[in-house]
Amino acid sequence: MQIAHFTERPVRYIDEAPVLQNRAFFGVSNSYVDREKSAHDYNFYLDEACFCEEVGFDAVAINEHHGNPFCSGSVVNIEAAILARITSKAKIVIIGNMLPGVKHPLRIAEELATIDTISRGRLVSGWVRGAGSEQFFNNANPAYNREMFNEAHSFIMDCWTKDGPWRYEGKHFHYRHVNPWVKPYQEMPQQWIPGVLSAETVMWCAEKQYPYLGLGTALGPTCDLWDMYADKSAELGYQAGPENFGYLLPVFCADTDEKAQEIGKGFVFGGGQNAFSRPEHTLPPGYNSKSAIRMLGQQPGGSWLGVSKEKLMASSDDSWDASAYDALKAKLIAGYQKVQDNMQIVVGSPETCAQKIKDILSVIRPGVFTCFAVQGNVSDKDRLRSVELLGKEVLPEVRKHADEIGLFGPFDRTPGSVKLAPGTKRAPVVDREALAKLNLP
Amino acid sequence: MATWKEETQNLAGSDLVLVRGGSGKPLLVLHDELGYTGWMSWNEELAKDRELIIPLQPGFGKSPRQDWMWRHRDLANYYLNVIRELGLEKPDVLGFSAGGYIAAEMAAANPELLGSITLVGPMGIKPDEGEIFDIFACTIKTCLRQTVFNHEVKEFSEIYGGEMSPEQFELFEDARAESARIGWEPYMFNPSLPELLRSAKNAKLPTLLIRGSEDAVVPQDCIRKYHDALPQADIVTIKGTGHRPEIEDSAEFVAAVKHFLA
Repeated sequence: MQIAHFTERPVRYIDEAPVLQNRAFFGVSNSYVDREKSAHDYNFYLDEACFCEEVGFDAVAINEHHGNPFCSGSVVNIEAAILARITSKAKIVIIGNMLPGVKHPLRIAEELATIDTISRGRLVSGWVRGAGSEQFFNNANPAYNREMFNEAHSFIMDCWTKDGPWRYEGKHFHYRHVNPWVKPYQEMPQQWIPGVLSAETVMWCAEKQYPYLGLGTALGPTCDLWDMYADKSAELGYQAGPENFGYLLPVFCADTDEKAQEIGKGFVFGGGQNAFSRPEHTLPPGYNSKSAIRMLGQQPGGSWLGVSKEKLMASSDDSWDASAYDALKAKLIAGYQKVQDNMQIVVGSPETCAQKIKDILSVIRPGVFTCFAVQGNVSDKDRLRSVELLGKEVLPEVRKHADEIGLFGPFDRTPGSVKLAPGTKRAPVVDREALAKLNLP
Repeated sequence: MATWKEETQNLAGSDLVLVRGGSGKPLLVLHDELGYTGWMSWNEELAKDRELIIPLQPGFGKSPRQDWMWRHRDLANYYLNVIRELGLEKPDVLGFSAGGYIAAEMAAANPELLGSITLVGPMGIKPDEGEIFDIFACTIKTCLRQTVFNHEVKEFSEIYGGEMSPEQFELFEDARAESARIGWEPYMFNPSLPELLRSAKNAKLPTLLIRGSEDAVVPQDCIRKYHDALPQADIVTIKGTGHRPEIEDSAEFVAAVKHFLA
């Protein structure tokens, strides 16, 4: 198993009020940027990554978002490039590069190859379409999102494997002279693809034999997606295994359960992940497939991708009393307990965290496990203590368990390397009996 | 009621769904960026002495999407070929909002093929003052409410009142997706259009510009800039209406159009 540490690098100095008033992180005015505190945060997160490596994490994972204080990683490749130099053995996992938003795949190919070269082969690349809100911030045409994603990915693979100069005239991208004078240090960096329940992305990963990383998705639907991946891979002639799956889980550890519970509330700061962006920014036009839109249209009362049709139909300028902080906070805190009950976040002492993580791993059997660090205004000291306790006390327990139940990571066994003869029944990839035993609400 | 029918014809290389109703000299009607709203009272009035031909824009759920169309300009040239293949003799063109943008692009590309253009709250030219409202960055309800000044107008609730069915939702999303595909950037305008309209100006193509006085989607300055490009244009402002004068004050709207087309 490979175990990574992930953080959104939250802006820690902002109050909750502007986020609540904006009804989301996306779009909170950058007038709140504090240059000095910002400099501290950016430097702290780099130091924190070094500490993760020191205490035993196999990898440090970072991502990219724009226009909001939920994640300060606006240009993830710059941070990754610094990590390439200041860390020495940890994998540097980028989850991921937003191909349609950047709109310059040659530049991305060069940047990533540079990171891989400086780190002497420690890059794990990842590709994302970008959240709906990102399309607005980057003025990326959402109706071409999937097309641009596919074309950019294919182009980057060519950049990394074909000798130049060569010419490229595609649909969305055009380069008459392709000849990047930096190639990845590795023959081909691994590519891990993060996602939140998009069936299309899962199928794409299965076709490419890329590990799929579930981003804190509920365990039941995660099992369904893993099965979908494994069915597709069986069709394609290979047995999917733990090496094909990763799981990212919010985890916060402190010396006692009580202290962890208090600080862990940072996960719902400002509404947490549910308040990442407002409904009107979550599903831009043409961003989702026709079948996905049909699903949404047929679920009038339900919720899909965090946005219900009801919310989309609502006017965005009424029924929001931004001054009712007490009621809002009470609601957010109630949500905090609910996600713990669902085991979508783990908060506690080392013993508590280790046991819950082991229970989760037994169900979904991923080969990559990623601890997502707490959000909110948590001090340097408390964040580093969580990293230390995880690295020194929780990770050894988790590794032992992973070895016992055969959770091979993608660096232990190459994804797609276990072949399956046509017509052969595939082996299970999840343990639904273990899921039932958890008695989740 | 005038009889109207929906039919599919293979035109200019692809299937196109057309709504046709009324009789008389042809009037090509180009719906807006949110899709065809159905046969309303203004259609009925104009159909008394005109044949209304309303193509349902490719990619809006009924006519298949054409992958080669990147811009409103492409759509405009497609519609010019539709006119040729239908054998229409100098049809008048009436376009609403983004449909007005398409009509203007048609006029720029080939003014000799058209009898006249009537542009209602037309997008297509970047205003110097104000911005064209971003319909993509709001919820459905906000978007629709933005289009009318008087939310109590009967036909507005007839079109959008009640619970939106899954089919309506899908058509709406199809329209938004296709509008984004061809109009996301630059947002609903063509920087070249004012210069390209020189052909329509030189041809003295009869032009009517209509705007609701309270239009919250297309700023007044768009009309000014259209008028700069097409000084032969008449301008009609319909007071007390927003971006949909045709349903907010049908009588004034129909009178203005009929007067112009007479």
